Amino acid sequence: MNLLNAIAVGLKEIWAHKFRSLLTMLGIILGVASLVGMSALVKGMENGMKEALIAIGGVEKVRLEENDIPSYQKQLADQAVGCTMNDVYALQQSAPLIKIVTPEMRTRDATATHGSKSYDPWIFVGTWPNALEMNQHVIEYGRMFNEIDDEQARNVCVVGVGARDALFGSPEQLGYEYNPVGEQITVKSQPFTIVGMFTRYESEQDHKARELAKAQPPEPPSTNGPARSRGWGGKRGGGFVFTLKNNTIYIPLNTMWLKFRATAGSNNIPDPRLSTMSVKVADVDKMDQAIQQAHNVLMHTHKGIEDFAFQTQEDWADSIGKAIKNARLSGGIIAAISLLVGGIGIMNIMLASITERIREIGIRKAIGATFLDVFIQILVESVVIAVIGGASGLIASMALVHFLSYISPTDNTPVITVNSMLIAFAFSVGIGILAGLFPAFKAAKLDPIQALRYE
Amino acid sequence: MALIEVRNISKLYHLGGEEIRALDDVSLDIDGGEFISIIGPSGSGKSTLMHILGCLDSPTLGTIKLDGTMIEKATPHQLAGIRNRKIGFVFQFFNLLPKLNVLQNVELPMVYSGLSSRERREHSMAALKLVGLENRSKHRPMQISGGQQQRVAIARALVNNPKIIFADEPTGNLDSNTGEAILELFRKLSSEGRTIALVTHDPEIAAVTPRRIEIRDGKIAKEVDPKLAGLNRIPAPALSANP
Repeated sequence: MNLLNAIAVGLKEIWAHKFRSLLTMLGIILGVASLVGMSALVKGMENGMKEALIAIGGVEKVRLEENDIPSYQKQLADQAVGCTMNDVYALQQSAPLIKIVTPEMRTRDATATHGSKSYDPWIFVGTWPNALEMNQHVIEYGRMFNEIDDEQARNVCVVGVGARDALFGSPEQLGYEYNPVGEQITVKSQPFTIVGMFTRYESEQDHKARELAKAQPPEPPSTNGPARSRGWGGKRGGGFVFTLKNNTIYIPLNTMWLKFRATAGSNNIPDPRLSTMSVKVADVDKMDQAIQQAHNVLMHTHKGIEDFAFQTQEDWADSIGKAIKNARLSGGIIAAISLLVGGIGIMNIMLASITERIREIGIRKAIGATFLDVFIQILVESVVIAVIGGASGLIASMALVHFLSYISPTDNTPVITVNSMLIAFAFSVGIGILAGLFPAFKAAKLDPIQALRYE
Repeated sequence: MALIEVRNISKLYHLGGEEIRALDDVSLDIDGGEFISIIGPSGSGKSTLMHILGCLDSPTLGTIKLDGTMIEKATPHQLAGIRNRKIGFVFQFFNLLPKLNVLQNVELPMVYSGLSSRERREHSMAALKLVGLENRSKHRPMQISGGQQQRVAIARALVNNPKIIFADEPTGNLDSNTGEAILELFRKLSSEGRTIALVTHDPEIAAVTPRRIEIRDGKIAKEVDPKLAGLNRIPAPALSANP
C-alpha cells in the first residue's frame, strides 16, 4: 500500500465521520490558533517595547557622561578638563567607527513664557542640528535650526508639542492643531523665535487610542469634580520616553553657550564644558570596538584622566529581549498544552475508531495487509486529521488575531509572523504523528483470526 | 510434489492451566487442482486447520510446506505476503468492507501487492466478469444481495490468482438456492483448474467435492479420496452415514 493510497483511505475515513472528525480537528485548530495568536501578541508587545527604545535613539546611541575620576588619579583632579568641543572634533576626526557626534549643553531652571502662560520644559538644551537624527526627532511644522543659526548664535528654537500645548493651547482645548512657528517666547528674559515644532511622539497604542477618540464624539468625563491632572500612571512601558521627547526645547549650541553660560564662567569666558555628548556607532555589532576607539581618542583629549563614562542602551535592549523571551516561552507552553490536548483528542478518537474497525482490520490482514500496511494506514489517518486541523488553525489564527485587536484595540497590535505559523503547523503535524503512534501500533498488531471473529 | 504438505502438525492452547489440543498430529497433502472439503462439527478443529493452512495462524508442532515454502517458521510479515499472493479467502459472512464499492473491494488485495491502479482495475473487472457481476462494480456491498456479496468475495479471493482458495462455510449465511449457485460457481472454478478447499460442517455441501476430509477432536477421522479408492484399506463410507 503506497502513501498516496493511505492518504486517500484516510481522507475517506475522515469524510465518512464528518462531525466526529470536525470535533477532533477543533482541538488542533484551537491549539494552532492559540499558538499563533499568542506569538502574534508577544510580537506586538515586543514591537511596543522596542518603540520606546527606538524613540530614544536606538541601541546604537551611546551617551558620554562626566564621571568621577578613578581613585588612582585623584591627585590629577584639578587637571581634568571635562567634556568639551575638543572631544567632539577629535571624535569626528579620529573615530571612524562613530557615525555622528552630537554635543549637548543644558541649562537648569529654564522657564519659557508666552504672554500670561509659562512652561517648564523637561529638556532645554543647546545642541547641533544633527540632534534631529541622533534623537530620532521628526519636524511637524517649520524647520530645524541650521548651521548658520548656530554659527551666528541666533535666538531661535525648536519646540516639542508639550511646549506648544502649554503655551498656545492643545488641539483638545482649541479643537484644531495650532502652528506655533513664528511665535516669540521668552526664556530667562531672552526672546526666542520658534522656527519649528516636532511631531507628537507617542506609542503605537496611544496613537490608536487618540485616533479612536477623534473618530468618536467626545464623551463627558466619567468622574465629576473639579478639573485636574490625572497623572502619568496610565502611561505604560516607554510612555516616559515619549513624554520626555514631547517636552523638549532645542536651541543652537552657540546660542546656549554665549547667552546662558557667559555669566556662569570666570573672567567673562563662558564655561566651555558640555553637559553630555551623544555618539552613534556605525554598526551595533561593533559596539565594543567603537567604544574602545572613542575611549582611546578621549584619553588623549582628556590628558589621560578618565573623567568620563559611556552609557549605552544595551541593558535596556537586553531586558526587552529577556522579557520577550520569557513571555514567548510561557505563552508558548500554555498554547502548546492546548495543542497537546488536541493531540490527546486525536489519540482518543483513533482508539475509538480502531475498536470500531477491528473487523475491517482483520479482513485487511487476511487478504495480505502487513503490520506496516495497517500501521501506516492508521498513522496517516491521524496525521491527515492533524494536517487539516493545523491548516484550518492557521486560518482561524488570523480570525483570532483580528478578534483580539477588535475587542482590545488599544493594545499593541498583534503581528502574525510566518515563523510562528510554520512552527505551529509543524508542531500540529508532530502532535498528529505522536497521537497516531499508539493506536496504529495497537491496530497493526491485532491477530487476524481474533479480529475476524470480533463482533 | 503436492501443493500443500502437512506433516504431523499440532496446535495447543492453554486455557487456565489446562492444555487443549485443537489439532493433534495431523498430516495431509493437497495437490494442485484438487477440490476438497474439510468437514467436522463445530469445535472439531477444522477452522484451526484452515487457519493454519491459510497462513493466518502457525502450528505449535509440525511442518507445512506451501508451494515449496516452509511456512511454520515464517515471520508475520512473510505470512502476510503469502496470504496476499498465494491464498484466497471466502468467509461465511462475506467480510466485504462496507465503505468501499464492489470494485474497490475486489481491488483491495492488489492494493497490498502494489499493483498500479490501471492493472488493478483490469484484473478486478476480469474477476467480476468471472463471477457474473461486472455490471455491479459501483454498488456498495449493502446495495446487493447476499449471494451477490458472496460472489464479490469470491472475485476478491480470485483476483491475485492464488494457488489455493479457502472457503469457510461459504453458503452458511445464504438460502439454499443461492447456496447451490455459489457451490456451482466453485465447481466451475474447480473445473478450470483452481485448487479449492471448502470448510463446512454440512455433509451435503461436502458431497460436491470429490475428496473429503473429516476432522474430529483435532484428528483426521475419515478420508474419502477418489484417487485412493480401492487402494485404501479403510472402506470409503457413504456420506449419508456421517452424523
